Order: sequence, then C-alpha cells, then structure tokens
Amino acid sequence: MTRISWLERARVTMSWGLSRERLWSMSAARRDRLIGIVSPVLLLFLWEGAARQGLIDTRFFPAPSTILRTLGRLMESGELWEHGWASLQRLFWGFLVGGIPALVLGIVMGLYRPLRAAVDPLIAATYPIPKSAILPLMLLIFGLGEASKIVMVAIGVFYPICINAVAGVLEINKIYLDVGKNFGASRWQTFRTIALPGALPFIMSGVKLGVGMGLILIAIAEMIGAKSGLGYMIWNAWEILAVETMYVGLIMIALIGYLFSLALNEMERWIIPWKAER
Amino acid sequence: MISSIRNGTPREQGARVSHVPVSVPQEEAAKISIRNLTKTFLTRDRIFTAVDDISLEIQAGTFFMIVGPSGCGKTTLLRIVAGLEKHTSGSVEVVHSHPGCPGNSMVFQGDSIFPWMTVWDNAAYGLKMRNVPKRQIRETVGHYLDRTGLTKFANAYPHQLSGGMKQRVSIARAFANDPEVLLMDEPFSALDEQNKTLLQEELLRIWDETKKTVLFITHSVDEAVTLGDKIMVMTAHPGRTKAIVDVPFARPRSVLELRATPQYGELVYKIWGYLREEVQHAKADAEGNA
Repeated sequence: MTRISWLERARVTMSWGLSRERLWSMSAARRDRLIGIVSPVLLLFLWEGAARQGLIDTRFFPAPSTILRTLGRLMESGELWEHGWASLQRLFWGFLVGGIPALVLGIVMGLYRPLRAAVDPLIAATYPIPKSAILPLMLLIFGLGEASKIVMVAIGVFYPICINAVAGVLEINKIYLDVGKNFGASRWQTFRTIALPGALPFIMSGVKLGVGMGLILIAIAEMIGAKSGLGYMIWNAWEILAVETMYVGLIMIALIGYLFSLALNEMERWIIPWKAER
Repeated sequence: MISSIRNGTPREQGARVSHVPVSVPQEEAAKISIRNLTKTFLTRDRIFTAVDDISLEIQAGTFFMIVGPSGCGKTTLLRIVAGLEKHTSGSVEVVHSHPGCPGNSMVFQGDSIFPWMTVWDNAAYGLKMRNVPKRQIRETVGHYLDRTGLTKFANAYPHQLSGGMKQRVSIARAFANDPEVLLMDEPFSALDEQNKTLLQEELLRIWDETKKTVLFITHSVDEAVTLGDKIMVMTAHPGRTKAIVDVPFARPRSVLELRATPQYGELVYKIWGYLREEVQHAKADAEGNA
C-alpha cells in the first residue's frame, strides 16, 4: 500500500517536473515572440512621436500614420493593386523563364562532368557582373516593354538556382547513383528519381536567394523605362516628391518578399518531407 | 603496392571482352562464369592490381561467399560483376535463364536506400524502373516487406529507421527486383552483433524461398561459414584466389544452432588458417606504405 503510493507520488512528481520544464521553455519562446512584436511596434511609436514633435524632418521621414493614410488612399484608388500586380506578374514570368532552365541545366551539369567543365567557367565569369549593370543592354535588346523586365528577373533568378542545383547534385552520395545504375534507371529516370529529389534541399535555398534577387532587379528595372510596377511607383514618387507614396512602395516590396519566404518555407515542408524535422 | 602482372600487361590482353557462349549442358552450366578477370588501376606512375587473374564458376542456386582482408579487391570484383566498374581483361558472364529479369541486383554496403523515398518506394525501385505493371509491384513489394518485417513501416522515410531496418529495406529492394543473381557487398558490416545475427537469420529464411544464386562479399569468417555453400578466400593485394572451401552444413540453417556445433568451429578455424597469412601480409603492406 505504502509502496504504491510512493510510486504514485514519484510518477506525479516526475510528470509535474516535466510539465513545469515544458512550461518554462514555452514561456521563453513566447517571451521571444513577444519581444519580436513589441520592438518594431515600439520603434514605430517612437518614429510617430518624433515626427509629431518635429524632432525629425517629415519631408524625408513622414510619420507612420501619414504613410498609412497614403497606403489606404492608394488602395482605394486601385493604384496600389495595379502596380503591385504588374510587378508580381513580371516576377512570376521571370521566375519561370529563368528558374526552369537553371534547374535543368544545373542538374544536368551536376550529372555530367564534361558539361560542367564547359559551362562552369562561363557561369563563374558572368556571375560577378552586377545584374543591374546589364539593364541598359537588356533595354537595348528587348526594348522598353515587358520582355526586358522579365529577362532581368530571369537573369537574377537563374544564377542562384543553377549554382545551387549543381552543388546539390554534387552533394548527392555517389552510392545513390550506383543504385540507380544497378537497378537499371535510364537517364531520365536517374534525373527524376535521384538527381532532382537529392538536390532539392539545395535547390530550395537557391530559389529563396532567387526571390531576393528577383525583387531587387524588378524594382531597378521598373524604375527605368516602365509605366507600371512598384519600382515605377517609387521612382515616380521621387519625381513628384510624394515621399509617403515612396514609403508605401517600399513597404509593399518588403511585404511581397516576406510573404514569398513564408510560402517557400511552407512549400519546402511539403516537397521535402524526408528531411528530419528542423 | 606494385604487383607482378602475369600473362603480359593487361592492355595487351585487351580490355574489351567477348562474351563466349556457354556450351556446357544446362544442368551443369555455371550461373556466373568469371574467367581470368583482372582489374588494374593507374595510380600516378604505378600500376595497382586490385584483382589478379581470378577464374571462378558459380553454379545456379549457390550461396557463394568471398572472404578476404580489407582492401583485397573483393568489392572491386563484385562491382565488376555488377557492371558498375569496367575490368581490364578477362570476362564475366551471367547466364540469363528468365527473359525479362535483370541480370543482377546489389545489396550495397552502408546506407544506400534513397532518403527521399518511403520504404515502399525504395523497395519498389527496381520494378518501377522496369515499368512493371502496378498490380505486380504491389504484390511483390508487399510480399518482401512482409518477409523483412517492414509492412508497418511502408510509409516511413529512412531517417525514421534504424540501421538494421534500412538494411532490411535494401534487401527487400534487391529481392523484389527478382534478378538472375543477387550481389551483396558486406551488407551487415555496419551493424552491431545482435542485429547482424538477426539479419543473417532473416536473409537465410528469405533466400530459402527463392534459392537464387548469391555472390556475397564479407570480411567476416563467421558470416561466410554461417551463410555460404562455398567460400572463396582471397589473397591481399593483388587479389587472387587463395582457396575455395565447401561448406557442408545442411539447409535450412539456424544461425545460432549452427554456431554451437563443433564442425562449425573447425571450418572457421580452417578458413582462418588461410586468411591469417593474408591479413598479416596486408598489415605489413599497409605499414610499409605508411
């Protein structure tokens, strides 16, 4: 009787200890999250206060409340959607046009040494060129229309995805290629069942880098020779000194980047379920 | 490191191998015929002979073991039979008696199952590559997952499995592919003693159902005597045939009962006798190179 109650007590104490520990670690995580929310909000309040008190020059740093009002106005007039949608479309097509060839070329380069030897120097030589410096050339070749913007995004997206795909395939343990060969996988089957899934974790980091690159380049490309897009909106705001609009454009680009990274993280969990939980 | 090359330099013998048709009657025909097989590597200024003039006939349905010290070229030999490496001279021939079946399937050393596929997809890999009808894949894979005790784990990914379980998947994958010949490259060498014994038992049980010709490489004398019908002892580099020993034990075998018999101990002792010199050789060589 006493023995059972002792055991019972030990069990209760243990589970209590465990849950207490869990509680503590949870509260630490929650505390971090809280700090993560509070600090930017605090900064916004400081900014707002400083702007109202005239401590900072509102011509350059308009109060967050005025920026928010401008945001509302631009949303109502539909201007924001028009520009945002134009940029998103260019990003999408640029990703397709640059990303898919990069993926295929990168994987095939990873699999075939001679091709790697032939293409690697080209990539190494052209990669360091600032992509923004190619814009005039692209405008010359593709004109002022959509094509030049899409190509700019495509170029930006191409490099990180291609380079990461090569690295990803090279990272694949050689034994898997032996298995493919031993079990009679054709070239296409080797690509589909070994090289592509094996390189996918690397490719996904390439895609994430590509999104960042694409956003930079779309903003730059739209500032010159475009009549729509967030980059154009920002540039136009400078020309007519509508500083609030400029901030709205920046916020929109930041928001798009953030949403993309959230979506990509979610997608990664879906398509790479075999990676141990990180 | 340098080894004498008999029968002239390998290049003179020609690297391309003509496949000689087997003229022996079917019952006596060897399933695997290896004739004067030599493999040399060029390392800077030397010629390193990994496999030196090995000739071997393996009858259909034989569980054939090759045992030798590490680095004796036994894995190279197996990889040549598997078609994963080219040989310098000689010939390897596997007789195809079931049209449509693959020549060989290998159980690799270490982790070789794809981390990005579930257990089921891994076991079905060979069949899928051959575009076998879905129904047949379901039946065959289901059968071998059942035999290897993996049915519950069919949808698990390899990172959720232990080392022993992963090697079971690898075995299921090879058996499910229904090859003419099974090749096994030290499949249990990375496992602990208990798991190794369990998997040996399971392998024997599965093998008893099909009695496929097996070529099994190991550095463990115990494993060779436990599993094999015939054991070839290989010399340290260059890899040559030292002796071929028959294993007289009846089948089906129970690993633990077999190991308790005095005959088992005698055979292990005998093979160790052949091997001892070679291991010392290899050791002296390694020290000489260091």
